[in-house]
Amino acid sequence: MSGSTEFDRLATKPVSRTRETLQALVANRLAVAGLIVLSLLVIVGIFGEVIAPYGINDIDIPNRLTRPSGSHWFGTDELGRDVMSRVLIAARVSLQVGFIAVGFALVVGVPIGLVSGYYRGTIDSVLMRMMDVLFSFPAILLAIAILAVLGPGVGNAMIAIGLVYTPIFARITRGSVLVVSGEVYIRAARSLGAGDRRIIFRHILPNVLAPIIVQTTLSLAFAILSEAALSFLGLGVQPPNPAWGRMLAEGRNFFEQAPWMGIFPGLAILVTVMSFNFVGDGLRDALDPKQKSVIESRGQSV
Amino acid sequence: MSPRSLTGQSDLDERNMTGFLIRRMMQMALALLGVSIVVFALMHLVPGDPVRVALGTRFDQDLYDALTKRVGLDKPLIEQYFSWLANAITGDLGVSFRNGQPVTTLILERLPATVTLALAALLIALVVALPAGIISAVRSGTPLDYTVSAASQVGISMPDFWAGVMYILLFALTLGWLPSSGYTPFSNSAWEWARHLVLPALTIGLISGSIITRFVRSAVLEALNQDYVLTARAKGLSEWQIVRRHVLPNAWIPIVTIVGLQLGFLLGGVVVTEVIFAWPGLGRLALTAVKDRDFTVLQGAVLYIAFMFLTINLVVDIIYARLDPRVRVS
Repeated sequence: MSGSTEFDRLATKPVSRTRETLQALVANRLAVAGLIVLSLLVIVGIFGEVIAPYGINDIDIPNRLTRPSGSHWFGTDELGRDVMSRVLIAARVSLQVGFIAVGFALVVGVPIGLVSGYYRGTIDSVLMRMMDVLFSFPAILLAIAILAVLGPGVGNAMIAIGLVYTPIFARITRGSVLVVSGEVYIRAARSLGAGDRRIIFRHILPNVLAPIIVQTTLSLAFAILSEAALSFLGLGVQPPNPAWGRMLAEGRNFFEQAPWMGIFPGLAILVTVMSFNFVGDGLRDALDPKQKSVIESRGQSV
Repeated sequence: MSPRSLTGQSDLDERNMTGFLIRRMMQMALALLGVSIVVFALMHLVPGDPVRVALGTRFDQDLYDALTKRVGLDKPLIEQYFSWLANAITGDLGVSFRNGQPVTTLILERLPATVTLALAALLIALVVALPAGIISAVRSGTPLDYTVSAASQVGISMPDFWAGVMYILLFALTLGWLPSSGYTPFSNSAWEWARHLVLPALTIGLISGSIITRFVRSAVLEALNQDYVLTARAKGLSEWQIVRRHVLPNAWIPIVTIVGLQLGFLLGGVVVTEVIFAWPGLGRLALTAVKDRDFTVLQGAVLYIAFMFLTINLVVDIIYARLDPRVRVS
């Protein structure tokens, strides 16, 4: 009996991990909703100019500060520019900053975690103490301090946010590497004569990807939130380019006459961040139920 | 059944605790050293001469010479670092490039506002999060649980500056109940102090509360799934007795951790909220320093906030170790 079960197991094609994860993700309604919203956002990000009814800097003074209507769904701002067009087009810069900043954190943080967790010893202590130092600042303060040195601007904001999120990736990767390194298949690979590089990239990395993927999604949410905060403070995207955080800051001065100038960019941030969180939570449930980092990362954000 | 009742256990406990404390303090000292290097480097990484940049159009040769000498920019870098560090340890963080006031005085002036706001926000967060998290765990899977989860999801995703602006729109501009910004010291008028505190504290308190709610919910849920809860149920205890006697004592540990982390963040990371409400705290001091290119003030404020942040993390770890003996040994 056991022989035939073993045979069946070998004979049937194993269900791939990716497929299993996707199935679990699709079963999670919030995650699906998040994915749909994010897909729409990406489309808006790419084709913003085509979709937007007006140009971002189409000034129309006679129609300044008009309330939302059929011709201007989100109203107009103090220069008569269409708020909806600006909100739509600003999606691009938000997503760009999010993806590039988190990409930076991944490219720097994951190798640090891999090296630390694999080699341990002195190199681990040195690298982790360096990460501790970056972790000793509240995230937004560190980003502001970095921008004080680099100067304000979108590119520098990406670097600042990326640096702030680097230690999270280093720590998560290191933790998972420590667990995986003790597994039998790693010892087997080593006894077969595999070199360090091969073991790290072929055997360890694929097995520590799950928590990294989850953290990437959640970090995207908080990176977008951080970019909005920095732009709100005037340190991120510079005028006349629209950014959700910037629009809110500019809208504050006209708040009594034109609250829509602040309401819609804020809603855009909320919906985007929430979608990334839904997808991240869904991925975590599907891939790595034990991880609780959404809360930890927000503790470190804004 | 406490471990202390076993012979010799309490000695071992004490030794573990002391060892843990020493290890943890050394870690913090090391982190602080690193922080000081980063903070020091900030000013020296700025392209050009920081004093000249700070003075900008107000350039004056005498002032320039005096400031350069005061900051010690004419000495080698290593010497500058060590003298800056030695001064910082004694509480001397230099003088502001902008107005010549001692940086330590500027920081201490701002500290009460920051601490007040952090504690008020934490109070709001706990008042919301503890009941919401516990109820949503005990009634998990019910519409009530879903409502709490949805609300906390919105709170976590909400930009603080947007929340703040919305509260101003509603409570200050539309209803006229509360002032839209500013700060009144408690000694001037307790009533005005409280009225000014409500909106900024609400802005960050509810966001912080949403984060804590999720943590409380998962900690309580985890404790509810333990065998001892099953035993308690079998004994016939009511649901609330179980929660009070068996679940909460075990759920405290993760809750204390997240509350500590949140306090650290509230004390240093609420720059945006301080800006919106013109709240004269440390975060706003740091931001103004960036805009004015007043690097000594920025250095001082960042160093001070990181120090508070690390101290709170240390305290949290100590409480954690007291509550959970396993932490001490590992």
